[in-house]
Amino acid sequence: MSESTSRGSRAGPSHRAVEKSVAVGMGVFASIVIFGSISAGIGWGAEGPRAGFFPFYVGLAILIASVVNFIHAYAESGEGRFADWHQLRQVAAVVVPTAVYVSVIPWIGIYVSSVLLIGFFMKRLGDYSWHLIAAIALGVPLVMFFVFEKWFLVPLPKGPLEAWLGY
Amino acid sequence: MEELTNLFHGFAVALQPFNIGVMLLGIVLGVLIGVLPGLGGANGVAILLPLTFSMSPTSAIIMLSCIYWGALFGGAITSVLFNIPGEPWSVATTFDGHPMAQQGRAGEALTAAFTSSFVGALFAVIMITLIAPLVAAFALRFGPAEQFSVYFLAFCSFVGMSKEPPFKTIAAMFIGFALAAVGLDQVTGQLRLTFGTETLLTGFDFLIAVIGLFGIGEILLSIEEGLKFRGGKAGINPKVVWQTWKELPRYWMTSLRSCLIGCWMGISPAGATPASFMSYGIAKRVSKTGKNFGRGEIEGVVAPETAAHAAGTSALLPMLSLGVPGSPTAAVLLGGLLIWGLQPGPLLFVEQKEFVWGLIASMYLGNIVGLLVVLTCVPLFAAILRIPFSIIAPIILVVCAVGAYTVHNSTFDIMLMLVFGVIGYILKKCDYPLAPMVLAIVLGDRAEENFRQSLLASQGSLSIFWSNGLVASIMLLGLLALFWPLISNFVEQLRARRATT
Repeated sequence: MSESTSRGSRAGPSHRAVEKSVAVGMGVFASIVIFGSISAGIGWGAEGPRAGFFPFYVGLAILIASVVNFIHAYAESGEGRFADWHQLRQVAAVVVPTAVYVSVIPWIGIYVSSVLLIGFFMKRLGDYSWHLIAAIALGVPLVMFFVFEKWFLVPLPKGPLEAWLGY
Repeated sequence: MEELTNLFHGFAVALQPFNIGVMLLGIVLGVLIGVLPGLGGANGVAILLPLTFSMSPTSAIIMLSCIYWGALFGGAITSVLFNIPGEPWSVATTFDGHPMAQQGRAGEALTAAFTSSFVGALFAVIMITLIAPLVAAFALRFGPAEQFSVYFLAFCSFVGMSKEPPFKTIAAMFIGFALAAVGLDQVTGQLRLTFGTETLLTGFDFLIAVIGLFGIGEILLSIEEGLKFRGGKAGINPKVVWQTWKELPRYWMTSLRSCLIGCWMGISPAGATPASFMSYGIAKRVSKTGKNFGRGEIEGVVAPETAAHAAGTSALLPMLSLGVPGSPTAAVLLGGLLIWGLQPGPLLFVEQKEFVWGLIASMYLGNIVGLLVVLTCVPLFAAILRIPFSIIAPIILVVCAVGAYTVHNSTFDIMLMLVFGVIGYILKKCDYPLAPMVLAIVLGDRAEENFRQSLLASQGSLSIFWSNGLVASIMLLGLLALFWPLISNFVEQLRARRATT
């Protein structure tokens, strides 16, 4: 492969590499399942097949399938791209803030963190005016609050702010 | 005629004011879900399922199934106007629907799409009304071995009929089974695959998996493709509707054929997406104007839409009568039944008459309501689509997070949802089908239980699955479905060889 194509906008991880890693990942998962099943007992106990009996064969099936998939991926031509870096950056721009979002929910509650998530997204990806951002970022959690806490009586995770407000 | 009495009783249940209210709510939410990227039938129902815990099961299923119908209708709007299939089963609708919109015939295309959807659904509901009680009565005689063989058939047809490579389908499916196995073993009460962690005690909930795999995964796919909505105007007025309706009866043959394809594909768990493609392909081959397909032929909208809706609706037939869902959304509905404390399967028709017939009656009413809602509110839904993705995406993320949390009131589930989302994105890009995985998570425990009970009865010998004509023929059908690609390949080779000699 020449320098220019790998440096161009189409550059990115090859489809084949990702396929292979997915197959390996599934193989590892299968091994964990098989290991866990064996420790739970895969034989025949007093009440029939023991707890690990069924998952053991399930794990075995995943292992076999992932080996086949790995071989298939190996035979695939190395041309195709999984996605180019620009696309992956876009995906990361969603995944990373969402990861932060889900990890702060237990601490500051879902309402405050939703305000932050929506606000961040709108500023970062859309660059809207602060008025619009404030309206939507505050409005959506407020609607959520009334729908869930008031009408359906389903409590959502709350943090210090809600505690301070008396909820 | 007992069924007819039951059905009328069902109409009485479905026509209660509260149930009509939830029906309308369900349809509107469903269309919204179908229109928005990242939300679809399966995860939309999954997110709203916890809100129905306090309702009566009948009202709850009416609302959730109406969300499903709404989503089926909604998919067509985005396909025609924006060339973006809101749902996978509307991909085939874009082929002719969008060119029609570009020629300024959006109203015609939408009317054709909605009407065909309605016809397909109606056909399937009538079929369910007639056949489901018979299938259920027949299935009442099933023991664990027969029940397992039905699951076996369902999962084998997934492998044989999906367009993804078979070993990828197998891998995805068995990962679903493995996830379902985590936690408390239902038969022995022993813990397994928890590796000493407390969070895994209850296992993986399929609702979390569905919200993550379909919801978050879909958003990641959309953002990667760089969604830009550039759509035609949505002009529907009574005159266009009337003119299109006058034209539609001409395609009755296409319509009927698509209904049959849809019902068949819906009952076998191949689902709505392949049904729509197959129906489009056959219509293209058979039609006199076949070579115009792809350039805005109304028949090219009728065929896939009818089949998709017929398949989506008839997917509920095996769910109600056998406890085997025919589509991911039907799988989520089945999971809902379990949560509401109902045993899906043939006994429903005996023990929960009001529930079953209320649901079937609501299918008739829901589709009529759905048709009216979409015909009158298209501009409104199209306007929602014009909201930029950078506003819609975070709101959908928040909605998914709330949905994941409310399942068990656990913040750990929200994290799990994100993990499932990333996994779903990668698997989708690598051609692993997600539907069998979800079905396996939902059905895993029941399939395993039946399998083990059968083995118990036979002292561990697999011969129980061949012990009588019924179970043997279902198993044989399963094997046929499993090896279908190989068999058809072999037959084709034989034919080719005969042609050359």
